[in-house]
Amino acid sequence: MKKSKLKLCLQLLLSFMKIGVVTFGGGYAMIPIIENETSKKRKWVSGEDLLDIVAISESTPGPIAICAASFIGYRVVGVIGAFMATLGVVLPSFVIIFLISMFLREFSSYDIVKYAFVGIRAGVLALIIKAVISMFKKAPKNILAYIIMAVAFALVVLFSTNVLVIILSSAVVGIVASYIARKRGKELK
Amino acid sequence: MIYLILFLEFFKIGAFTFGGGYAMIPFIQETVAKHNWMSTAELVDFIAVSESTPGAFAVNISTYVGSQVGGFFGAVCATTGVVMPAFLIIILIAKIYDKFKNSKTVKGAMFGLKSVVVGLIASTVVSIGLEIFFANGFTTSVFATSSFWFSLVVFAIMLFLLLYKKFSPVLIVVLSATLGIVAGYTGII
Repeated sequence: MKKSKLKLCLQLLLSFMKIGVVTFGGGYAMIPIIENETSKKRKWVSGEDLLDIVAISESTPGPIAICAASFIGYRVVGVIGAFMATLGVVLPSFVIIFLISMFLREFSSYDIVKYAFVGIRAGVLALIIKAVISMFKKAPKNILAYIIMAVAFALVVLFSTNVLVIILSSAVVGIVASYIARKRGKELK
Repeated sequence: MIYLILFLEFFKIGAFTFGGGYAMIPFIQETVAKHNWMSTAELVDFIAVSESTPGAFAVNISTYVGSQVGGFFGAVCATTGVVMPAFLIIILIAKIYDKFKNSKTVKGAMFGLKSVVVGLIASTVVSIGLEIFFANGFTTSVFATSSFWFSLVVFAIMLFLLLYKKFSPVLIVVLSATLGIVAGYTGII
């Protein structure tokens, strides 16, 4: 491996470790920090590239942090770069959670922790409702989309249908609907 | 072979969850219940832990479940599993992403996926809500318990703070934990 390539790999590892350490909660909260580190400071990608990365990670599976790390790392030094950046972004939370996991169950037998979690569980429910609302805002707004939402909801709540089956079916329905719409000269939005 | 099972189950989760973060919860909930890896209450507690530590939710939850089930190597297998699909897909499409972005089929599938995620997370609200408010079954005697009313009040306050005061998730976790501790030591719950 060339020396410059090795240096870039190390830089990718360290930059993405930094990104992994400072972002709480993950998701879109990471974008400004990724932009600062990889675009403004390192000049690895342009601001426009970052918009593309957001668009791509929205249409590919997996966490946005992993998508961004793989994409930027690949752009800079190819597959090995993608690997280093992804390793960097994963490592901090892996280490922290692994340490927590060693004593979380033990911890939860203390009264103070038990009480805290009674409050926390109610708070988490509010967090999930917030997530439903923000997902709804990003979702398509038409009758077919609402039907997909309602059917998925009912299938899980009433019939405990396999989630994977529901996810795959929704993709198929979307693809079929977009072809039908185009045949009629319309665009599915 | 527990390591292989961890890897494959989390690979599936990584491969089929679009939108990241909370969109993964219904799928994770189904998986951990199937293998008896984690109760719903524990999952809810862990969402709070994940919100208060750095990194993506997917990485945090796979590290945690992996280490609980299979120790350090289990954590490595689960985390590698959840990260790998996004990593591979990004490397594959990094070169052809303009074509990918404008593909009619991808757009159609995204229509379905963005819609289905809303229904799926909404179903999580129901199952987690039942767990929090009716942990011992749906009976009217629940309404006579102070812990039911405590949870309801905390939930309402946190939802208000999230939606109208734009509080951060970490702050919500800290606040509801504090309320739980105060209520616990004053004998309210």
